[in-house]
Amino acid sequence: MRVSAKSATLLVLVVLILLSPVLFPSGYYYRVGALIFVNAIAVTGIVILTGYAGQISLGHAGFAGIGAYACALAPVHLGLHPSLAMILGAAISAVLAWLVGRPILRLKGYYLGVATLGFGILVSMVLNNERQLTGGPDGMEVPDLGLRGLLKDAGLDLTNGQFWYFLCGIVLIAAAWLALNLYNSPTGRALRALHGSEVAARTVGVDVARLKLQAFVISAVYASVSGSLLALQNKFITPDVAGFMHSIEMVTMAVLGGVGSILGAIFGAAVLTLLPQVLTVFAEYEQLVLGLVMMGVMIFLPQGLLPSILRRVRGKDE
Amino acid sequence: MPELLQFLFSGVTVGAVYALVALGFTIIYNASDVVNFAQGEFVMLGGMLTFVCHAAGLPLPLAALIAIAATSAIGVAMNKLAIEPARGAPVVSLIIITIGASIFIRGGAQLLFGKQIHSFPAFSGDTPLRIGGATILPQSLWVIGGAVVVFVGLWLFFTRTLTGRAVLATSNNRLAAQLVGINTGFVMTLSFALSAGIGALAGVLATPITLTSYDVGLAFALKGFAAAMLGGMGNPKGALAGGFLLGLIEALTAGYLSSQYKDAAAFVVILLVLFFMPQGLFGQKSVDRV
Repeated sequence: MRVSAKSATLLVLVVLILLSPVLFPSGYYYRVGALIFVNAIAVTGIVILTGYAGQISLGHAGFAGIGAYACALAPVHLGLHPSLAMILGAAISAVLAWLVGRPILRLKGYYLGVATLGFGILVSMVLNNERQLTGGPDGMEVPDLGLRGLLKDAGLDLTNGQFWYFLCGIVLIAAAWLALNLYNSPTGRALRALHGSEVAARTVGVDVARLKLQAFVISAVYASVSGSLLALQNKFITPDVAGFMHSIEMVTMAVLGGVGSILGAIFGAAVLTLLPQVLTVFAEYEQLVLGLVMMGVMIFLPQGLLPSILRRVRGKDE
Repeated sequence: MPELLQFLFSGVTVGAVYALVALGFTIIYNASDVVNFAQGEFVMLGGMLTFVCHAAGLPLPLAALIAIAATSAIGVAMNKLAIEPARGAPVVSLIIITIGASIFIRGGAQLLFGKQIHSFPAFSGDTPLRIGGATILPQSLWVIGGAVVVFVGLWLFFTRTLTGRAVLATSNNRLAAQLVGINTGFVMTLSFALSAGIGALAGVLATPITLTSYDVGLAFALKGFAAAMLGGMGNPKGALAGGFLLGLIEALTAGYLSSQYKDAAAFVVILLVLFFMPQGLFGQKSVDRV
C-alpha cells in the first residue's frame, strides 16, 4: 500500500502528539510540548514563505506580536472574547501583511531581509513605547481563554498543561494539514515554480507578485495565531514576542530542521525549543552552544537536520 | 540655531560609527556575497578587548592595537571555519551561519568578560569644545576623523594598489579573477581581516562615548546593515552616505520629534527609499541572467 506524503506527514504528527505524553515523567513536559507546538505553527508559516516560495523574512515576529497583543488588548478595550480577539489579530496581521508585502516583496534577497527587519522593528518599537496601552517593556496580562472551564463543565477535566498541550497540538495539525494541501494545489506548484526561477515562472503565466503576496499573508496569519496562543497560554506577554531575536528564531527553526518539508521544520522547532531546556544546567554556555549548533548544522547538514537524518537511515536500508 | 547644530553634531558622531560598521559589511559582501551579521560583534570586541588590555596596565594606544589585531584574527578564523566551508549556500543559510557566529561570540564574551558595562578614558580629555553655541566632545572628532580616514584609506587601497584591485576583480567575477591568477582565497582572508579590523576600530573610537558591554554588538550590526542597504549594498560610498544619513535622521528625530521613536524614523526612511529605489541610494541595478 502506498501512502501519500501528505497523509504520512499528518499521521506521524498525530501519533507523536497523542503518544508523547505516555513518556512524560511530569506535568511540566506538557508545558514544554505546548511551547514546541506554538513555535511549530509559526515555523510552518515560514515553510510556506521560505520553503515553498523562496522569500526571506527577518520580521515575522512582528506578526506574532500583533496576534499576542490582540489577545491582550481586544478583550479589555473592545469587550471581545479572547478567541474572537485571536481571529481579529489574525485579520489585522493579514491586512498589514498585504499592505506591507505589496511594496517590499518586489525586493530580493538581503534587500527583502532589511525591509522585513524594518517592519518587525517598527512593530516591536510601538509595543515597547506605547506604555499606556501595552505596559511597555514590562508587558501586560492576558485574559483567560475560558475554554478549559467549559470542558470541565462538560465532564472533561484537564490540567492546565494538558489542556494547552492538546489545544496547541490540534491547531498545529490543522496548520500542517492546510500547508500540505497548499503544497499540492496549483497555487503551491506555482509558488515552487517561482522559487526555482521567477523569470521562468512568469513566462509560463504565473502571476509572481500576487503569489508571493499570498504566501506572505498566509505565513503572517500563521505567525499571528502562534503569537495569540503563546499569549493566551502564558496569560502574560512582553514585547520580546515581536523582537528581532524571535524573528531569527522562527527562521532558524525552519531552516535548521529542513525548510523544504513541514515535518522537518516542526522537528527544527522541537530541537530549538528543547535546547534551552536541556541546557539550563549549563545556562552560562547556552549562547555558545546555540551559536555552534546554528553554524554546525548549516555547514555540515545544509539540507537541514531531518532530511539529512532520513537520507542516512534510507541509505542504510538500501 | 545652536540647538540644530547640537543635533547635527551628535548625528554625525553616531553616523560615523554606523558608517564604519557599514564599510565593514561592504568589504565582506564584495569579496564573498555574504552579509556578515557578526559585524557588530567585531565592534564589541574592539571596545571590550581594549578595555581588558588597558585595565591590565597597558598604555591605551597599545591596548587598542592589540584589540584591533586580535579582532582581525577572529575575523579570519570565522572566515576559515564558518564561511568558506559553506560556500555556495543559499542566502537564508548564510544569514543563519553569521547570526550563529554572532551569538557564539556574544556568548563567549559574556563568559570571559562578564555582564558589566565597561569604558576607558577618552583620547583627548572630556572637555567639550564650543562651536557656534553648541558643544562637541573631542572624542566625537576622533570618531568622525576615524571614519573619514578609513574611507579615504580604503579608496586609495582599492584604486591605487594591486592587492586592492585584486579584491575588486574578485568581487566583480570570482572565476575570471581566478583565471587571471588572483588568489581569491587570500582575498577572502584579507577582506575578513580588514572588515573585522575596521569594526574593532569603530569599537575603540566609540567606547569612551557609548560605553561597551558584551551585548552591544547586535544593535551595531542591525544599524550598520540598515545603513549599508540604505546606501546600496556593496558600494563603499553608499555605506559612508548611508551611515551618516542614518545617524542624522536618528539625531534629528530624537531632537525634534520623539527620542523613543528615533530608531523607527530610520527604518521608515529605509522602507521608503527601498520602495522607490529597490537597490538603495547608490546601488547598481542588478540584472538576472536566465
